[in-house]
Amino acid sequence: MSGLYLPEGLPAPNTGDALTAPYWEAARVGKLRIQKCRGCGAWQWGPEWICHRCHSFDLAWEDVAGQGRIYSYQRPHHPVHPALNGHGPYIAVLVELPHAGNVRMVGNLLGDPRQAVQIGAAVEAVFEHHERADSPFTLVQWRVV
Amino acid sequence: MTERTLRGRTAIVGIGETTYYRHGQSPDAEFKLALIAIVNACKDAGIDPHDIDGFASYGNDRSDAGRLAAALGVKELRFSNMFWGGGGGGVCGAVGNAAAAVATGMADCVVAFRSLAQGQFARYGRGTGAPLVAGDDQFIIPYGVMSPAQRFAMKVTRFMHDHGIRQEALRAISLACYHHAQNNPNAVMRGRPLDEAKYDASRWIIEPFFHLFDCCQENDGAAAVIVVPADRARDFPHKPAWLLACAQGCDHRSAAPAHNMPNYPSSHFRQIGPRLYDMAKLTPADMGIVQCYENFTGGVLMSLVEHGLVRAEEANEVLVKENLLAPGGNMPLNTSGGNLAECYMHGLELVNEAVRQIRGTAINQVKRNDAAIVIGGPMVTPVSSLILGSEAVL
Repeated sequence: MSGLYLPEGLPAPNTGDALTAPYWEAARVGKLRIQKCRGCGAWQWGPEWICHRCHSFDLAWEDVAGQGRIYSYQRPHHPVHPALNGHGPYIAVLVELPHAGNVRMVGNLLGDPRQAVQIGAAVEAVFEHHERADSPFTLVQWRVV
Repeated sequence: MTERTLRGRTAIVGIGETTYYRHGQSPDAEFKLALIAIVNACKDAGIDPHDIDGFASYGNDRSDAGRLAAALGVKELRFSNMFWGGGGGGVCGAVGNAAAAVATGMADCVVAFRSLAQGQFARYGRGTGAPLVAGDDQFIIPYGVMSPAQRFAMKVTRFMHDHGIRQEALRAISLACYHHAQNNPNAVMRGRPLDEAKYDASRWIIEPFFHLFDCCQENDGAAAVIVVPADRARDFPHKPAWLLACAQGCDHRSAAPAHNMPNYPSSHFRQIGPRLYDMAKLTPADMGIVQCYENFTGGVLMSLVEHGLVRAEEANEVLVKENLLAPGGNMPLNTSGGNLAECYMHGLELVNEAVRQIRGTAINQVKRNDAAIVIGGPMVTPVSSLILGSEAVL
């Protein structure tokens, strides 16, 4: 067993992208890091080169608590990638981060893939390390508190 | 000062399409399909293809304008245009762009078209084969959120949750499309009727709201319309379908990365719908015909709501099969079968059907046929919609 929620072989994130690398570097060491504008304080996710609110290019990264709540979810059954053939359903969640201006992150909800999912449920971040990837990376996943 | 509007400045005078095929079944190459649809539209309008002077498309159509102009022997290409964005979000925008070119004198006879051979090229319903993903995809695809259905499903989940809308409302949309297709000789799903039991028993693509029959087909084919200026619109064999309005774009930041658009449970038409009716000088109640792009039935639901055709609070009561059928329903929907059951021609088949309805020549002809709304592929960015009408509402 890989210890990963989804089978190995799915596309991996390009963690070397200058715009997004700070996020991936933080995830490697178990931190959830979100973009925040130094000009006006707006949180922004995913990262952009400019603040959509005040147009400052001076964007910082800030560590935030790995706590959120489920905003929406889906349970895909139909496999659309060879790595998922025969795997069965899995759960993707959209999680709001109240400690970061309610920005939302996509992830998987760990645990039984057939569990009932409640919109609004509190979840916490789990750092899932993909050590066997060509270029190891860490995904931020979620589990119900 | 002259009013800045597209209302009544142009009309569609020709429509054409190929035989529609299941994906991978077309005997013809994609580019040939485009040529067939365009030549058929010219025949319908009684136009010599040499006299076309512009092409407008969307969804990154591979049949580019220069090649089409060369292959058809177009005398002078004056307008070529591609609407940004994937999927069918741009179907109505492409017609609107053709109309804008004609209305402003840039061109005189512009084709808006879509050609698609998913057998020859990649299928839409599959995930990426790339080992590494960048941009927005890096925050989504590693979690198994890859296909169009998966990218949109959580919008539908949240919308249904917020408004207490039941699966049966989505089922009614699917049943209406399949019902209309049964009379349509060019519908891929003709001879494959759908009822409640078959829908309910169909496998999950995605829980909680995407049964198999909530999802569009994947097809091969092409379709085209011909847009000419108002002063020539009455010179052709068929009644003109007047372009009364086109609106395109998206909600505020609806392309924000990683599902961070402020208005998330949305088809992205909230700001577009009102603009569309303003230009048409008509209201949702005037629309006798509704052609609404079904990538997924949940997208249809949100599109209908955001165009003021259904209130979310009454969706469970209004979205029942009988209301959506031609000729008797209050709001006949996708009267040729649409993307679900006629052909996934990226919505251009919906424009053709709206024109047939306005002419009075549709197979499932509705009685109140003076104004038709066509709504392009919901939930992508940008999206677009269109109102066409007869002489009576001009």
